[in-house]
Amino acid sequence: MSTFPWERLALRIPIRVRVNGDTHTLLVKPWQTLLETLRDDLGLTGTKEGCGNGNCGCCTVLMNGRPVTSCLVLAPEADGAEVLTVEGLARDGQPSPLQKAFIEYGALQCGFCTPGFLMSATYLLQRIPNPTEQEVRLGIAGNLCRCTGYDKIVRAILAVARGEVQ
Amino acid sequence: MATKATFRYIGKPVPKMDALERVTGAARYAADLSLPGMLYGKVLRSPHPHAYIRRIDPSRALAVEGVKAVVTAADLPPLEEARAAFGGELMIELAHLRQLVIAHEKALFEGHPVAAVAATSPEAAEAALDLIAVDYEPLPVVENALEAMKPDAPLLHPDLYTKTLGEKPTKPSNIGMILEVGFGDLEKAWAEADVVVEQAFETQMVHQGYLEPQACVAWVDSQGQIQVWTSTQGTFNTQRMLSALLKVPLHKITVIPAEIGGAFGGKIYVMLEPLAILLARKAGRPVKMVMDRAEVFRATGPSSPAYITVKAGARRDGRLTGLYAKVIMDAGAFPGAPIDRGAWCIFAPYKAPAMKVEAYDVVTNKPRVQPYRAPGGPQVMFATESVMDMLAERLGMDPVEFRLLNAADEGDQNVTGYKYGRIGVKAVLEAVKRHPHWNTPLEGKNRGRGLAMGCWMGALLTSSSQVMVNVDGTVTIVTGQVDLTGTRTTMVQMVADMLQLPIEQVSIRVGDTSSTPYTDLSAGSRTTLTQSVALAKACQSVLEQMKERAAEALSKPDRRLTAADIEYAEGRFWVKGDPEQAISWRQVAILSRTRGGGPVVGTGTVTRLQPANQFAAQVCDVEVDPETGKVKILRYTCFQDVGRVINPIQVEGQMQGGAVQGIGWGLFEYYAWDKGKIRNPTFLDYRMPTALDLPMLDTAIVEVPAPDGPLGVRGVGEAPITPGPAALANAIYRAVGVRITSLPMTPEAVFWAIRAKTAVPQPAPADGT
Amino acid sequence: MRPFEYVAPTTLREAYGILAGANGRIVRPLAGGTDLIDQLRVGRKRADVVMDVKRIPEMQRLTWEADGGILIGAAVPCVQVYEYPDVAQRYPALGEAARLIGSWQIQHRASLGGNICNAAPSADTAPPLLVYGAVAHIGGPRGERLVPLERFFTGPGQTVLAPDELLLAIHLPPPPPRSSSHYLRFIPREEMDIAVAGVASLVALAPDGGIGQARIALAAVAPTPVRAREAEAVLEGRRPSRRLVEEAAERAVLATRPITDVRGSRAYRQELVKVLTRRTLLHALADLGIHID
Repeated sequence: MSTFPWERLALRIPIRVRVNGDTHTLLVKPWQTLLETLRDDLGLTGTKEGCGNGNCGCCTVLMNGRPVTSCLVLAPEADGAEVLTVEGLARDGQPSPLQKAFIEYGALQCGFCTPGFLMSATYLLQRIPNPTEQEVRLGIAGNLCRCTGYDKIVRAILAVARGEVQ
Repeated sequence: MATKATFRYIGKPVPKMDALERVTGAARYAADLSLPGMLYGKVLRSPHPHAYIRRIDPSRALAVEGVKAVVTAADLPPLEEARAAFGGELMIELAHLRQLVIAHEKALFEGHPVAAVAATSPEAAEAALDLIAVDYEPLPVVENALEAMKPDAPLLHPDLYTKTLGEKPTKPSNIGMILEVGFGDLEKAWAEADVVVEQAFETQMVHQGYLEPQACVAWVDSQGQIQVWTSTQGTFNTQRMLSALLKVPLHKITVIPAEIGGAFGGKIYVMLEPLAILLARKAGRPVKMVMDRAEVFRATGPSSPAYITVKAGARRDGRLTGLYAKVIMDAGAFPGAPIDRGAWCIFAPYKAPAMKVEAYDVVTNKPRVQPYRAPGGPQVMFATESVMDMLAERLGMDPVEFRLLNAADEGDQNVTGYKYGRIGVKAVLEAVKRHPHWNTPLEGKNRGRGLAMGCWMGALLTSSSQVMVNVDGTVTIVTGQVDLTGTRTTMVQMVADMLQLPIEQVSIRVGDTSSTPYTDLSAGSRTTLTQSVALAKACQSVLEQMKERAAEALSKPDRRLTAADIEYAEGRFWVKGDPEQAISWRQVAILSRTRGGGPVVGTGTVTRLQPANQFAAQVCDVEVDPETGKVKILRYTCFQDVGRVINPIQVEGQMQGGAVQGIGWGLFEYYAWDKGKIRNPTFLDYRMPTALDLPMLDTAIVEVPAPDGPLGVRGVGEAPITPGPAALANAIYRAVGVRITSLPMTPEAVFWAIRAKTAVPQPAPADGT
Repeated sequence: MRPFEYVAPTTLREAYGILAGANGRIVRPLAGGTDLIDQLRVGRKRADVVMDVKRIPEMQRLTWEADGGILIGAAVPCVQVYEYPDVAQRYPALGEAARLIGSWQIQHRASLGGNICNAAPSADTAPPLLVYGAVAHIGGPRGERLVPLERFFTGPGQTVLAPDELLLAIHLPPPPPRSSSHYLRFIPREEMDIAVAGVASLVALAPDGGIGQARIALAAVAPTPVRAREAEAVLEGRRPSRRLVEEAAERAVLATRPITDVRGSRAYRQELVKVLTRRTLLHALADLGIHID
């Protein structure tokens, strides 16, 4: 058994990261993840940890406009990045159409996976504004839900794509 | 009380009231909470599935800077009351719960907690775990229930004597209980049958797969007052377990429910909480503990693997003569597999003159099971519904007609002796019969359609709530009922209609154990049903009180009125026969602040109800790729008798979510073992269905009112998980002619089944070595 | 996670300097992190220094070459590869493989270079890269070298990279004229799974309409991704027919040395290789106008 690198515990790296439009200067541990930074350093606990290895999508955020599982991004990698989390979807207190649609269509039950789905769906509709059902399913295939069976999630996203929820 | 004709909210698709905080990320789950001065707790877990623990030496860990406490089993107070048992759907004895929370003399499964550490940083806690020295003496591993039942099997517990109806055995074993229930003459049944089908089945351990790992924050103040925020299905049940384990009276423990990220039965027993509290007490600081996904797989409570044999006999005209099952369920490290529930379910949709079930609750070196949405149900329905399909085929009968002919109804007897009240088996089957899915021909090669039934008895237990009329006339429901599935919303719907008030004037607060009356956990599909009764009583009390105040307000010196003189509807009280003499709900509430009587609060409790049994069916169309064994689901419809729909969006959601868990159980999910060690403790290799694996899921709701309760509500949540595996197996059979009797029906399993059936001498596999 | 240092050099020279000065410490290059970060978290790999290579321009190159081939920097994420104009037409198997890895979230991070440096036998991009004759550009403080991808993998999780070397880029020569290629993998679900078996097939027609060149590569059925040379030999110079394709599919199994694990048994993997080889060959032939039933 090798010895624990105690001397590294004090290491910190300064980063500047823009999260939901606000710029933050932070000192992060080299080994901490973007997920931990969002939750523990910035108090943005909307992004969740479900598995720690990119298999469930609960930690999905948009980094420089692209969906990533933030549990597999090291905090120092986010230096200079733009990050959008679920807390940044509402504009001026108004929930986004996707957020409204999820509520209206019953696309959530326990809600734990919901932030990740909203981020993936936000990206999906930017990339494919008029998706088919299969394209929606592909776009959210990296997000696991155990409560809903996905049916109402797919319906909510399609409704927004069709302009039925503003 | 309003009648169905006048309900404004019951039955309507009212959007989930607490959805906004979830879609904005504001909802606080246990891992989102922080307290000043908080420490991070981590658990040291046994790497051995079975071992004596000879010695634990935490001294090097305690020397680490930042480590503030280490606890082991020695920190739990000694056990007095070994008799106590806990659970919501599965019982566990206190002595076993204690050992489950932290290992005593033995580690009994890989991942069994052995010690716990609290430190000022997660890194220090992790480093400290490596420094706790544990001397293990590994023991032979009991890998499955069949091995466990052999006479020479290594014993997990030297003091486990099988509970049976007969004499207590003289020697301990790995069999916790043998259950035998039934009635009628089975020998006669087989003799009278024209067709008999007997088949053995095997199912694997699967996990509830809730996306939120267990988490809690515990704080013990200087007076010894314990507060714990936790992800739990039942705050009061948690409180009672903590009280018994820690020997602390209930009034010194407050359990505060955080929002819960899925549970499905797996968050009933305490797991991290006792350790977090012990650490917090020792360290004098709050302690937060969060499991990672591998810990969730290894060391929480998955579901029982099972070996099931079902034998069924029928006459040529299709009537069942007898039903028999032998069920062996693997409980994991401590007894308590759901054999009683499995026994209730296994033949529940059917009537027959003779039935018998023999069931075995067996321990092995695996994590101790917890309920998983109809515990025991999916396993046994997989067996029965496969056999019913086989029987129907042998008889040349349509699968629906065969089941209708033998459908259980009010007054018929379950194998456990229980007599059904009003139930919806026939109604569900009739719904299948007329549904477009059942009536649309399925064309194409390698395609097949399968039908299976499902069921759940439905738990009852105790439920309470309070309804408070605020001094401006708005209403707050105060309850300890944890909201797992959206019951906050359905409870508001019910109260708004019961009090005939606009729904915007009714709110609900789920409180902690110090601020709400005792209520049992949210599980067993009991919440909406029991709360419908508790709330009805609370609202009745509120209306009585309000009528009395209205009477007082409307009284004149020459005519004193009482509540009996007052009518009420839609926010207005008036004198009987004199409608001009009226006062509004709001005005009565305002007066309550200053006039005698004080604030209006109604409390409702229910402890006894007739069970509201759930029956369901699912129909699926599949296409099989015979070259790879891959099964694609083309179409899926869920049918269920829900008694009365309170909120259709929620009911559909329960049906769909449960169905997909059943599909995962049937096609993909299983614990892969290597001598007691889990080979796939990640979502990469423990494969749950993704959105791309499924079609849309249609639902067809049937309402046969439950025999008890003011609304006829039945629970919804559990029956939907039970039909899936058999519906898929039956569909696969029709698609490619292979009857698969072992779960999961992975592509590889289907492939080999097809290969075995079409066995043509194959060249020896090419070998590149 | 066990603490490590993090550095993010902006030039190759800086990176080489870090590697040269390692002094026995373990320096791990980081591109997309989708393999490495989890491995570090669970302790399967250790790092003293994590060196993020994404800021090095050479690592992010993605350009068509003068010879008609393509150069893909080692840190270029999968999504960029398959979205790059003309990749789907000229290297269909590569585009297909890059689209299959993980989910969209993974594809926005995981890089081609990382996929092959991780060197899992099941690496989805490996069979396409092998059938295209890819060459690995490797560099370090002691110099740079080119290694054909066929010699790059040495065992499960093992490559020819020395501890002080980096994969800089992958070069694909232009595809042969009159050729097409496809990649198919088998997984139990529709996405997210590691391949139980994966096959890439490339077929180039000769002027007489027979098969001029055939290249077939396999994933997840041997200690490394491998070429199925026995199958290729059966095809080259012959006229396409159902029987020929079946024979090639059977022969592809000769290149396998599969194991039994939680994803599949040895025997099943071999059966899958036959099926996937047949299907990819038929698809490639169909692209070239040859329809066999």
